[in-house]
Amino acid sequence: MTLTGCIVLACALLCIGIYGLLTRKQAVAMLLSVELMANSANILFAAFGHFRGGITGQVFVLFALAITVAEVAVGLALVMLIYRRHGDTTLDLASEAKQ
Amino acid sequence: MSTLFFGIVAAIILVSAVFVVRAQNLIHAVLWLALTLLGTAALYAQLNAPFLAGVQVLTYVGGVVTLMIFGVMVTRRHEGVEAAAENDSDEKGFIFAAALFVLLAVAIWKSPMPVPTNAPGATTNQLAHALLDDYLIAFEVLSLLLLAAIVGAVVLARRRDPDPVTRMEPGATAPTRTSTEVTP
Repeated sequence: MTLTGCIVLACALLCIGIYGLLTRKQAVAMLLSVELMANSANILFAAFGHFRGGITGQVFVLFALAITVAEVAVGLALVMLIYRRHGDTTLDLASEAKQ
Repeated sequence: MSTLFFGIVAAIILVSAVFVVRAQNLIHAVLWLALTLLGTAALYAQLNAPFLAGVQVLTYVGGVVTLMIFGVMVTRRHEGVEAAAENDSDEKGFIFAAALFVLLAVAIWKSPMPVPTNAPGATTNQLAHALLDDYLIAFEVLSLLLLAAIVGAVVLARRRDPDPVTRMEPGATAPTRTSTEVTP
């Protein structure tokens, strides 16, 4: 296990998340892709914290975790709001144009 | 041994991440996300961060995944029927993501990596001292942020009292009045 391996893993995870964000239409699926990208950033923090020594990397991961949880709560509230307004959680231009 | 374990964990993380973005059933996608996050927790444990691994399992797998499943079930319209909306943005998204990965890989390959230091891993004791001493202000601001997020989520998702005249929620579009209807 090397630092390069961890960085490549995090980049691959980030790209998978971007692919999901670009191709999925459902709002919850897009939230899942955002979770993947946040997770890749956390892996990078933990990896650099481990290979460079020190404690700041782990503290940063803890803060990022809490912020991600807050983001999920607000995101799901928005999804429920969209569902109540439009009766569907598909996010694309066609469903907006019908309104 | 360490390399083999890292390879297995990385393979689990990447394969389940691909299933997260490809699964048609949203519940399956959320469960694959849970596997990705568990793999990340294993990676944290391997990176000498056992506290992070525990927090990851508790908050993500215990909290976020449960919340996501709840969200999927509440907003699901047709049981078992998923919108198969695959179109040309599929290939474009793949090309963009693959190009970004190649770019990042070249950048990683070209850049000099810092020499790893064999510093001892941070214990949970040190982590607690750092959180409540050096980073105390950030910690308190974070608690304010969480409070604001919870209040904001409740305000957003709250069901408003229906209007007594139209029996509709304020802001909701009336189902009887569509754009095709011609008013005399």
